[in-house]
Order: sequence, then C-alpha cells, then structure tokens
Amino acid sequence: MARRARRERPIQGAPTARDFKGDVNPDWCAGCGDFSVLNSLQNAYAKLGKGNHDHLTVSGIGCSSNLPGYIKTYGMHTLHGRALAVATGAKFANHELNVVVTGGDGDGYGIGGNHFIHTMRKNIDLLYIVMNNETYGLTVGQASPTTIVGEQTKSTPFGNLETPLNPVAMAIVSGATYVARAFSSDGKQLAELMYNGMQHKGFAFIDVISPCVTWKKEKMKIFDYWKERVQSLESHDTSDKAAALAQAVKTGHETQLGLFYHDTSRQSLNEMEPVLENGPIAHQPLGITQEQGDAIVQRMM
Amino acid sequence: MAKYDFAIAVGGAPGQGIETAGKSISQICARYGLNVFTYTAYQSLIRGGHSFLTIRISSEPVANHGDKIDLIIALDANSVEKHLPHVAPGGALIYNSEHVKEPPTRDDIQLCPISYKELTNDPDRKARMLNVCMSSVALQLVGIDLAVLEEIIVLALLKRTGQAVVDANIAAARASYDYAAEHFTPFDVQFERQDPPLAFGSGNMLMAMGGAAAGVKFYAAYPMSPSTGILHWMAPNARDLGIIVRQCEDEISVVNMVIGAAHTGARAMCATSGGGFALMSEAIGSAGMMEIPIVVVNVQRGGPSTGLPTKTEQGDLWQVLGASQGDFPKIVVSPTSIMDGFNTIPELFNLVDKFQCPGMVLTDLSLAEGHTTFVPDSINWQPKIDRGELITEQGQTDGEYLRYQITDSGISPRAIPGTPEHMHVVATDDHDEDGGLISDEFTNPHKRRDIMEKRQRKMEGIVELLPPPTLEGPEDAEVTLIGWGSTHGVIDEAAQLLTEVGIATNHIHFKWLYPMDEDAVNEVLSKAAHAIIVECNYTGQFARFLRGETGFKADGHIRKYDGEPFMPHHVVDGARELLNSKTDLYVPYQEIVV
Repeated sequence: MARRARRERPIQGAPTARDFKGDVNPDWCAGCGDFSVLNSLQNAYAKLGKGNHDHLTVSGIGCSSNLPGYIKTYGMHTLHGRALAVATGAKFANHELNVVVTGGDGDGYGIGGNHFIHTMRKNIDLLYIVMNNETYGLTVGQASPTTIVGEQTKSTPFGNLETPLNPVAMAIVSGATYVARAFSSDGKQLAELMYNGMQHKGFAFIDVISPCVTWKKEKMKIFDYWKERVQSLESHDTSDKAAALAQAVKTGHETQLGLFYHDTSRQSLNEMEPVLENGPIAHQPLGITQEQGDAIVQRMM
Repeated sequence: MAKYDFAIAVGGAPGQGIETAGKSISQICARYGLNVFTYTAYQSLIRGGHSFLTIRISSEPVANHGDKIDLIIALDANSVEKHLPHVAPGGALIYNSEHVKEPPTRDDIQLCPISYKELTNDPDRKARMLNVCMSSVALQLVGIDLAVLEEIIVLALLKRTGQAVVDANIAAARASYDYAAEHFTPFDVQFERQDPPLAFGSGNMLMAMGGAAAGVKFYAAYPMSPSTGILHWMAPNARDLGIIVRQCEDEISVVNMVIGAAHTGARAMCATSGGGFALMSEAIGSAGMMEIPIVVVNVQRGGPSTGLPTKTEQGDLWQVLGASQGDFPKIVVSPTSIMDGFNTIPELFNLVDKFQCPGMVLTDLSLAEGHTTFVPDSINWQPKIDRGELITEQGQTDGEYLRYQITDSGISPRAIPGTPEHMHVVATDDHDEDGGLISDEFTNPHKRRDIMEKRQRKMEGIVELLPPPTLEGPEDAEVTLIGWGSTHGVIDEAAQLLTEVGIATNHIHFKWLYPMDEDAVNEVLSKAAHAIIVECNYTGQFARFLRGETGFKADGHIRKYDGEPFMPHHVVDGARELLNSKTDLYVPYQEIVV
C-alpha cells in the first residue's frame, strides 16, 4: 500500500520552535542529553527567521545522528563519519542554504576525524554541533575518542588506556573560526551559541557535553557528575587564539563552557569561491556555450 | 594523396623534456591535419628512471599506438642501448654522439648521430635544448616544414620563458634541421598537409571536457595516477566555465562532497583510480540508497593494491561491479575510445539523473593518458541534457510530496533542498516512501520489500536504454574477437589484420557493461564464430562476468597483465595461436620494455 502523501504547510508568521518539530519523535533514551540539543536547535532555527526549506540538517550515523529525522528542515542522514564532507558539497552547490551538521563524538572525532580536521582548515560556512557523550551509544557502550583514561567500557573492561582527544583545542588549532563548548543542560546558552554559529561566516563548531544516561555507570547521575566539572568562561577575549587554547586545554574539574574563539577576519571558503558570485551553482544553467567550447578546442591546436 | 602509417618514439630520462618533445611533434602533425595516437610508457618517479613515448602518425584515423616504430629519438645513452633493437628495418635512430663511447651498430637502419655542443654552443651541461634539436632532425627526415616547428616552439615557450629562450631554441632547431638536411637521408614517407588541421588531447582531457559539456558544476578529486589529468584540466578551466573544483583530504571526502553537491541540485562528478575507488565504495552505495545521481570515473591502473601506478590494466571490473554492500541500481560504462570518453559523460549524466543512481565510468591508463587528434568541429558542445524528474520550484507538485514515492518505474520525483514545501530527509538507513527510517525499532519487512523493489525496478528502465553491442566486420567470419572498453581500437585493427591474412575476423565490443540485457546480448553473441575474449587482466574478469550474465562461454582468451597495453600484433598472434592449438589462453610477450 502506497503511503498517503503529506502536505507541507508553510510557516505562518514569525517561526517558532514548534514549526521545526519533525514528523518522527526521537527514539533516544529517556533523559538523554540530546533532547535538549534538539530543542535548542529548533529554537535557533526559529530565531533565524527563515522558512523550513532554507535549512539543511546533515548528520552521520549514531544515536545523535538520528537528529535530522526529528526536525523539520531538509535533511541528510549520511554515512558514518562523512556528514562534514557531504555538507561541504551541499553548501557549495547552494551556499544560500543554512547548512547545519549534527553528530556524535564517535562519528565526528573517530571515524570522521580526518574530515573534522580538514573541514575546519577549509573554513567553509557550516555549523557543526557534536553531541559528545564520550561513548559509542548505538553500538551499546564502547570507548570513544573522548572516553577518559581508566574508564571501564564494553571494549575496555580493564580500563581505557588511551588519552582522549580534546576537540575544542583541536578546532582552535585546525582553523575553525568559531569554537565553543556547551553543556546540554543549559539549553539557553546552547541555543544562543547555535544561533550565533549560524550567523558566523565560516566554520562554526560547538562541542556539546550531552551525557549518556544508559552506558555511563553514573546513569542519571551523569548530569551531576558534569555539573561538578564545568565552569563558564569568564572575562575571556574570544579574538585571542592563544588565550582560547589555554582555556581549551583545561579539562576535568576545570572544563570551560562558552565561546572560546571567534575570528571574523577570515573569509569563508565559499565566500572566496568566484564561481559562486553568480549565485548558487544548483541554479545555474547547465553546460557551456559554443564559444567557450570553441576556445577550449582552439587551445588544443 | 599517399597513405602512410609512421611512428616516432622518444626515449629518455624524465626531466629531459620527453613530454614536451612528444607534445610538440604531435601538435605539429595535428596542424598538418595528420592523425596521431600516442602512448607513454613511464615509471612512478619524479626524476630518474626512463620514459618512452610512442607517437603513431597516419594519413588515416588511428586508435592505438601500433606495432612498429620507424624513428627513435634517443635523448640519453640508455635509450640508445635500450631501444636500438626496436627500430623497424628501414627506420632511423637519432642520438647524441657525445653520449656514446661506441657508436651503435645496425646495418638495416639509418643511424643519425648529432653533436649537441656543435649544433647549439650551449655551455649548460643539462642540454635543455636537446629535445628541440632531435625533434628538428626527426621532422626534417619526414618532410615537415621548419616554420611549423618554429610556431610550436613560440607557442610552447614564449609565455613561460621569454624571448631569449625562444630565440635560442629556434636557433638550435634551425641548425639541427639544416644539419639533418645535409647529413641524413630523408624517409620515403614525406608528411603532406591534409585538411582540416586537427586538435590534439588526452582521454583525461576529453572526459573532463565531456563533464563541462554535460553541465558538471562540482568536481572533486584527490590526486591519483592515472586519473589526475582530469583534475589538471578542470582546475585551470573551471572558473571560466562556472565549475567548482575542490581537492580533498581523501577519496572518501571526494565522493561524499560530490553526493552532497549532487543532492543539492548540481551535476557533480569525481575521478580516481582503483585504490581511491575502493575508498569511495561505501559512499557509492549510499548514493544508491539515498537515490542521488553521481558520476564516478575509475581510471584503472595495474593492481592489486598500490600496484603499478603508471601502467595500464582492466583489473577493476569486479571491484566496480561489486562496489559497496547490498543491492542497488547502478550503471557501469566503459568508453571505447578517447573521443567516446567525451560523449560518455553527458550520456551517463542523463541516465543517472533520470534514474537517480550512481554511474561509474570504467576506463584505464591506456585511454586516459593516451592522446589523439580529432576534427575540431566533431566535438558536440551542446549535448542533450535531461535532468529527469527534478523538482526545483514550488508549484511543480500540488504540495503533497513523498520523496521515495512507490511508482511503477521505480523513479520518484526528486526535490532539491531549498525548494519550498518539499522537505524530506534522505537516509542511508533504509526508509519508507516518506524517508522515515524502517531500521531500528521500526523495521517492517513489508515496507522494506516495497522500497527495495521500487529501487530495483529502476534497473528495468535503465537496461532498456543501454544499447547492446553490435557485430562489427564481416557477418561470416572464422574468428570473433570480443572486448570491452579501451581496447576497441586495438582489437578493431587486429581484426582487420587477421582478415587481410585470410582469417576472416569480426568484433563484438562492449561499452555499456551493467546492467546487461541478457537476451539482447545473447542475440549478438549467437552470431559469434570462434570466440576469443581479449582483456587486460589475469583472471578474465569480463569473460567471467559475461558468462555469469548470459551463460556464454568463449572458445579462447587473450589476456595481458604486464602493465603495457595491447599492440595489434599481440591480438593477431594470439588469435592465430588459439586457432591452431589446443590451449584456450594466450598471453602475449611484451617486446618493448621500458
């Protein structure tokens, strides 16, 4: 039986977070930090004041990567670790879209680590939100690239031996031009960082501490665990890269939250691309003119 | 007008200007209106090693580098020693007498020593103009006008080096040309101008040009021999043509960027070789699952693994056929000539846009790095462009939209992001008509079956549009040569040579490889005589594929896997041997070793 087609209704008046509610309800575990990230993103989209169709939400694979299904924008639920590459191509095809990439720490820092570094270096105009829960949740609880030393998981029953990577410090040194960390419990700050990240012309990155209530031994107490460890960045100059790095390397009980680094001096890669001066390539006429073709052949003679 | 078929080869160390000499000689012949096909045997080194470039020049069209070499330009001592035996009787060898202690000896060819120092007074020990001197001698021997050579020197050097270098090179060219006129005997074959003057380019260039004509707006690549020529054409030409070119961190990024751009409405393409293609595999399946039209070019080199970076092979057929997990619609095409490489790209884009699936072009070094001449007007810069059922504007539907709507054709209209009122999520997890995931807790076997059948129904539409191969040559033949992709030119010539010596031979050649129409192909194969499958790999990948698709079992096989492309006589000798012996496999011996 063919499914009955759904009729899309345009947003009436100023958008609200409700207008960005997806057709499917999240299948995340009750209490998961990701709910707050989803709400914050819906708020940030609404605040931007555009239509649903002006946004593209791209994810990889993992618990948090199911997010595009729970939000009403165009969405791509791509391969594990490849969301940034897909989003880069999408942004180049239509740079007028607001392209937001969401995913988890395994997806972004593990299997997608190479794309993470290079997309930041490219400084393409994307917002990348990583729901960092320091575990592989969907595969039922193995160590991730951000799992702390000594932690016992299904894949490290005798304790994790490997040093976790520091995504915020990586972002600062890799060339991201908007770098923040947030805690999913503070939805207000998160939505504000997301909104500002969308407004930023360049690669914006937010590492969100989004605790897993299922595979961490603390269970629901994981939020208390994090509350003891986080502090808000205070009297920090976000244009000072060295200062940003000094704050970023603080971990454990000194984990800093807020905007670490914001560089408005660099043009984004898509702004530097002269081909885009005539508007999105997705809207350009296809092919080349006979004159252009003749000139090409002339150079081959 | 006299008919002739002549080959000039240039041997030397990389960095000695072999490519420049080869390009110049080829361009001069093209300006003369002569047909050219070139092949360069080289190694994966930046400096050092040895390269050997063959330029086949003919009054008639040529589609391979031929069997014989009439004239060799030996830029170094190594080339003299190595290639002396490769000059055909009656031919000539040009060398620098300063390079050799003992002059080479062969009494059935003309030996043409020159002295670089005497001709140029160039104090530079690097002898940068040696390639110009020797090319001038060669061109004098075949009756090319010195003025055309001078034109080419100006064209090649003026922008890069300035007037002083141009003047020195022209002086060297004149001195060498005059020296040859005084000291050497010209060939009986003297090149004559034909109309029209021709253009000259490589398979990689023509595939890139085909992409531009097809409306490619986004091209991404990671450098990998022998596919890099496409990137090197795209990068300098893209801005003027409105194409975005990105070099990525790896091939995984390349193909995923292409998928992102294609989904968002741009025609997008990428190219790589076997190793890069392996990295792209998972994403090619994702384009099948999300139903996003992309074109991926695999320019094969010798495998397995890093293999032979600068050598040719048709060894990736099974990799491409089997790329990525699961079943999904896909198209595999293998261009049959350099010019066919141009036409294949717009043809494939129309198919992948219509059927919303990945399309793969399977070619190889021999075609991609081979160069050919072509009639300038023969390029169709305005090929048909059909984007299929694409929704780019509000109002194209009545607002009721299912991205993966179940249809009889399996094709569901595709809305691109940014289009109002057609929001949807595309997913690499399997999904229902609306894009909702049917994996995880929602797994539903009936929905899964429906959507799998919908996707696969597209294959029925694709196969109807792919022309089956035809029987070329006499219907009534003793031997039928069967090949695929790049080997069309060499097999075609071998069939003619065999027919000329009394073994009537025809030829069946496959361009569209997958999906294959079993009945249509069997009908053509039913006309085959003693059937010999010719391919450039060890295990007979195409023979096994053809047997799997059609049940057809060939009588014999000619296979080459030494890295060098077939020459016509390899196929001729193989066919004769297979006809006269009880064996069913012939592996030709490669005479020219570089």
